[in-house]
Amino acid sequence: MKILVCISHVPDTTSKINFTENDSKFDSNGVQFVINPYDEFALTRAMWFKEKQGATVTVVTVGNATTEPTLRKALAIGADDAIRVNTEATDGFAVAKELAEVVKTNAYDLILAGKESIDYNGGMVPGMLAGLLDYSFVNACVGLEIEGDKATIQREIDGGKEILSANLPLVIAGQKGLVEEKDLKIPNMRGIMMARQKKLTVVESFVKETSTSSVSFEKPAAKSACKIVDNVDELISLLHNEAKVI
Amino acid sequence: MSVLVFAETSEGKFKKSAFEVTSYGKKVAEQLGTNVVVLAINASEPTLLYKYGAEKVLNVNNASLKFNAKIVANIIKQAVEKENSKVVIIDSNANGLYVAPIAAINLNAGYASNVVAAPSSVSPFTVKRKAFSSKAFNFTQISTDVKVLSLSKNSFGLVENEVSGVVEEFSPAIVESNLTSVSVEQTSGKVTIADADIVVSGGRGLKGPENWGMIEELASVLGAATACSKPVSDLGWRPHSEHVGQTGKPVAANLYIAIGISGAIQHLAGINSSKVKVVINTDPEAPFFKAADYGIVGDAFEVVPKLVEKLKEFKANNA
Repeated sequence: MKILVCISHVPDTTSKINFTENDSKFDSNGVQFVINPYDEFALTRAMWFKEKQGATVTVVTVGNATTEPTLRKALAIGADDAIRVNTEATDGFAVAKELAEVVKTNAYDLILAGKESIDYNGGMVPGMLAGLLDYSFVNACVGLEIEGDKATIQREIDGGKEILSANLPLVIAGQKGLVEEKDLKIPNMRGIMMARQKKLTVVESFVKETSTSSVSFEKPAAKSACKIVDNVDELISLLHNEAKVI
Repeated sequence: MSVLVFAETSEGKFKKSAFEVTSYGKKVAEQLGTNVVVLAINASEPTLLYKYGAEKVLNVNNASLKFNAKIVANIIKQAVEKENSKVVIIDSNANGLYVAPIAAINLNAGYASNVVAAPSSVSPFTVKRKAFSSKAFNFTQISTDVKVLSLSKNSFGLVENEVSGVVEEFSPAIVESNLTSVSVEQTSGKVTIADADIVVSGGRGLKGPENWGMIEELASVLGAATACSKPVSDLGWRPHSEHVGQTGKPVAANLYIAIGISGAIQHLAGINSSKVKVVINTDPEAPFFKAADYGIVGDAFEVVPKLVEKLKEFKANNA
């Protein structure tokens, strides 16, 4: 089984978010970048298929050269090789088109991604990729088993789960549940050393047009101070009379 | 030309979000000088949407049709072609977020998710959406002829706008899908985080899963959903489906009550779209107090039972 894991290079979850150039660009100054946490669940599940079922795992990102340390980290965790599509990722539709080309060139059986990135939170690339390839697609995946070319998939729905089955090829947008938090791997020294030798292929972008573009950013308005109340009667009264939420 | 809204039903009944996306669709239609058409599948009372401005409801009556994202996305495409729709609006429930990107590909449309307000401009078409896990907003311009938007829950609200509408039977072709639904496990009678107006959330300050009784009781009195912080779900005290925060579920409730949660930046990112936030924590220095509207400095084990008791009295007096 050939697996492709799509990785986004995103600011660490603890990052303070600021903008520059008249609020038109994200200020990456002093920000640490990581593998998108949702993609990390997908990558970890892929490593399980590699260890238990002999799958090969390729990681891919769409981004400029600054994203390479993030790909190297995925290689250190255990992916076999990496592909970087050399362009700035600005539009989910364009990213999906770039990835579809990678899939068509290398014929993967299973494409795993996180359900969204924690920077743009578009939640669109996996579904669009499946749409472009006409592959089966499951969003918000919380469980995945594969036997031969048959997959059993759990999807989170509002207030529960749906169990689905499909044949490969398949696109999965995953989240926690696909693997547990404790299963996530920190690269060890040997992995880091080996990652330096692994193949990282740079392919050129072919998409010329985008369907959306970012105009500007805005930070949420500053909050007024918290009202500290002494007892629950006062709280109930404020929630009822002032906030009008109960 | 028209604006097409997809209104989700559950066992024939509209979800609350259906009224919100219809209200939003009406607003966008006004900005574009056109009408709103709502697409629904097996809606038992399609005329309920007139109140929120639906001039026309396309209702698909097909009892054998179960939810399948590819099929629904294709039905949306057929409705768009029939009604010459230029903007498609979908909710942010689990099914909506599943369908929207596929629909966008089918329609060769630019797609913006997590939209929180009416378009700030219709030419060029620009919407405000949440980004960086609600730590910021992004203004996104969509340049394609057809545009797909998913509306962030509880961001636009319900806007009454009574019109005299029509309901039209719609019988689209049903495409093949290789994906088979084997079973659905759904807890009935419990408020979900996605649908809840009020969410009661517990953190590590509660010391152990055995102490969740009072959280559930408080939620029950308020008709609220229960939720938890990331450490609590990582420790296995509560299921993942209750984890709210940056890498968990986003919460956009009217009221969010955080009990024994210190307020890590990742947690606050996930819940800060909620309108009113209450924190109950022993530590007055906990970061949550900077994000909250109301706070009680105190021990959850003393405050919460009192709150439950007083809320019961309040509910009895205000019933």
